[in-house]
Amino acid sequence: MEKKEIRFKINGEDTVISIKPNKTLLEMIREDLKLTGTKEACDHGECGACTVLINGVPVNSCLVLAMEAHGKEILTIEGLKQDDRLDPIQEAFIQNTGMQCGFCTPGMIMSTKALLNRNPKPNDDEIKEAIAGNLCRCTGYTKIFESIKDASSKIGGK
Amino acid sequence: MEEINIGDYSLLGKSIPRIDAYEKVTGEAKYAADIELPGMLWCKILRSPLPHAKILNIDISRAKRLTGVKAVCTAKDFKGFRWGWMPITRDEPPLAEDKVRFYGEGVAAVAAIDEETAEEALELIKVDYEELPGVFDPEEALKEGAPVVHDYRPNNISWEFHMDFGDVEKGFKEADLVREDRFATGRVITGFLEPPAAIALWNSSGITIWAAKQSPYFVYRHLAQCFNLPLNKIRVIQPFVGGGFGGTKNDSVAGDFCSVLFSKMTGRPVKFVYKMEEVFLTCRRRHNAIIYNKMGMKKDGTITAMQSRLIADGGAYTAIGPLTMYLTGCISTLPYKLPNFKHDAYRVFTNNPVGAAMRGHGVTHTRFAAEIQMDMMAEELGLDPMEIRLKNAIEAPYETINKVTIFSCGLKDGLLKLKEHPLWKERKKENKDKETISGVGISGVAYLGGARQRGYQSCAAVLRLCEDGTVEYLTGATDAGQGSDTVLTQIVAEELGLSIDHVDIQRVDTAYTPCDAGSYGSRVTALAGEAAMKAAKDLKRQLAEYAAKEWNVSSEDIVFKNNKVYPKHMPDKAIPFRKLAQIACYSGVGAVIIGRGYSQYGIEPYDFEKGIGNAGTAYSFTSQLTRVEVDKETGFTKCTDMIIAHDCGKPLNPGLVESQNQGASVQGLGQAIYEEFVMDRGRTLNANLADYKMPTAVDAPNIEVIHILTDDPKVPYGAKEASEGAIVSSPPSVISAIHDATGIWFKELPVTPEKIALALREKKKE
Ligand code: FES
Ligand code: FES
Repeated sequence: MEKKEIRFKINGEDTVISIKPNKTLLEMIREDLKLTGTKEACDHGECGACTVLINGVPVNSCLVLAMEAHGKEILTIEGLKQDDRLDPIQEAFIQNTGMQCGFCTPGMIMSTKALLNRNPKPNDDEIKEAIAGNLCRCTGYTKIFESIKDASSKIGGK
Repeated sequence: MEEINIGDYSLLGKSIPRIDAYEKVTGEAKYAADIELPGMLWCKILRSPLPHAKILNIDISRAKRLTGVKAVCTAKDFKGFRWGWMPITRDEPPLAEDKVRFYGEGVAAVAAIDEETAEEALELIKVDYEELPGVFDPEEALKEGAPVVHDYRPNNISWEFHMDFGDVEKGFKEADLVREDRFATGRVITGFLEPPAAIALWNSSGITIWAAKQSPYFVYRHLAQCFNLPLNKIRVIQPFVGGGFGGTKNDSVAGDFCSVLFSKMTGRPVKFVYKMEEVFLTCRRRHNAIIYNKMGMKKDGTITAMQSRLIADGGAYTAIGPLTMYLTGCISTLPYKLPNFKHDAYRVFTNNPVGAAMRGHGVTHTRFAAEIQMDMMAEELGLDPMEIRLKNAIEAPYETINKVTIFSCGLKDGLLKLKEHPLWKERKKENKDKETISGVGISGVAYLGGARQRGYQSCAAVLRLCEDGTVEYLTGATDAGQGSDTVLTQIVAEELGLSIDHVDIQRVDTAYTPCDAGSYGSRVTALAGEAAMKAAKDLKRQLAEYAAKEWNVSSEDIVFKNNKVYPKHMPDKAIPFRKLAQIACYSGVGAVIIGRGYSQYGIEPYDFEKGIGNAGTAYSFTSQLTRVEVDKETGFTKCTDMIIAHDCGKPLNPGLVESQNQGASVQGLGQAIYEEFVMDRGRTLNANLADYKMPTAVDAPNIEVIHILTDDPKVPYGAKEASEGAIVSSPPSVISAIHDATGIWFKELPVTPEKIALALREKKKE
């Protein structure tokens, strides 16, 4: 299959890449860009481990073609840290033990990022709804909820 | 930071943030699938489309000719190697030999330059099968004339285990009420999000494999046996692990053997990552079991006897099944006084995927049956479910009839806390509206921690003092997500009086780390924790001698605290720990200080044939309240609250203990009402995360964990198990809550909305 050139911004950096049109965004991120923080678990849009933001909107990158990234801004877990300063969401997940094995964590944090960007003070139901597509088998979610609430309060919510 | 006073400690009892949290929130943490090596090939496995069939011929010639394919292998290349938990049960080959025994079993494998080519090559392999009649139900498999899965077990009984203590017949005679019921537990999977993966390299130094394992020393031995190499040529390196929960990641998978073999054949590194569908179709799952339970009870609720017959679906191979059978019975004598007990467990071969260990191993089945039956009998006798538990609960010290010894027990304490909880006290006051009915259920269970399999259990720690006063900590224990790296580091730092960032723990690398049994049976804090404590004391003892010389005092009088060292009663003389390290490392020719320790708990033997003695080092006790809301029309059940009173002795890191309880209880909720494989003649029909429903954030209840503190002399700092009790307590408390709401007892898991709606309709008719 012939490769096509696409341009986009990922984690703030302008990027040009030639890619097979049938590659998924997840494959491009992990295999071509070597950003392995984004995880693959189900590869079918059922678990949220591969969540990244396209223009601020959370997507399951295993369901999106890489070509879709053309002209857009992609944010992955690697792009949250600013000059060695963690995002308040990352801080909150650390302080509230918002993970065990950590395999769902990048996706969970990216979904949280999208949520708090559009709604800095979500209520409990809004939090649950926002991460309903992110499976976690380890934590039972309680400490993830606590992490998100803590992040929300730090970001300037109540 | 949350803190529980468990003694005069600076780090223990505090919810120190996980030491691996930074790597996990930044995406830095590398899991097996994230690792790449130059020149790497991809390994893919061809899987059987039939559940039971003779393999007549495998033609790999076309696959071999495909451009990009570097090697193809079949069972022949493993020269008859088979693995299994006990020498007499080694019945599983990496790839099927003369016949396939379950749908999805590996029959051949390919190594190619990329994943796509490997997949394409699989389609070019031609296998001729002769289909054999299959058997898919364990009770059917026991019948005369049923298809035989393994010739060495002509009656399909893979393993059996029997216990007989006291006199059950006498016990039933003494009872005022005797009940017999049939219970069933479901077909469920561990459900880790990270599929099995590894990257293997074979070269002149032997085998190196980066593998997603929660017990890397299992695959270490399997590879040595399979490839006939000495253990010092096997190097298993532990990346971050994306969840384990027993079974698959405690064992080897076909991909491990094939990728190593391919690397040997091609001289290149070889990687495999299972697809989620492969996980669901072929990986180890919990045995589903049928439990015929009989219990005798006096009018006042005293239990006089219990007899259980358990028939478990073992699937196509033995795996760790014998231990599963042991665990279904050995602690049935807990947590309630039981003077007479008989247990007969049969693990039966079928043409289903393999049944093996999963969190709450073995105990979940029989405790579910016993808890529900006890509740049913209490109801018949007009007794309160809380009171009947309080009446029968054991108290420490205690020895069961099969000589399980209990030195600490927080069951009664936990139950009493739950009894006073508003959720329990106000449960009858709720206004039940027309559509939904609510109910509250209870359970009380025990689980073993510091578990020992048969034989070898060695578990050690090595601490290397660096000259700047920091410490390198080598352990063979694996953190598969549970947080053991953090707790173990807390222990080392506590003993040395250092802050936690002065101690650096290494993930397992069998070339350097000391041997360890693995992460299972809630053993790490108890056993690796003991080793860590002893190694730290050993290091401290050596350093104290240098300090004693400096101050001319006895080495016993040296205090290590707050990164400082001083003679007892003379804190003003304190010098930094770093300074003492320098004194030691630079004096004379310079010392090399290494602290060593190994676990010696639980070395007394137990009787694996008869079920006598301690398979664990100490026992946790968990009691749980669960509240559900049931939709009367649809049967849809929402679990709203769980209150878990958990006695883990002393929580060394309360936040991690809570997280374990929360995770386990939600996993248990999955087993109770959501999760089940839909099977058709050995084939799993819902082999994906959309159709196999695991609890999501929306399904998760509010969970409150109450720490019940006890003091157990058998484990370091009194810390008992914290990860498996709540997966045992969760299903019975959920089912008892559904009963409280609907008045119906459900005896087969999972209790799906369809089952509830149907039963409610039936009930209305009555
Ligand atoms: S890997 Fe994309 S949703 Fe599961
Ligand atoms: S922390 Fe393991 S899946 Fe969420």
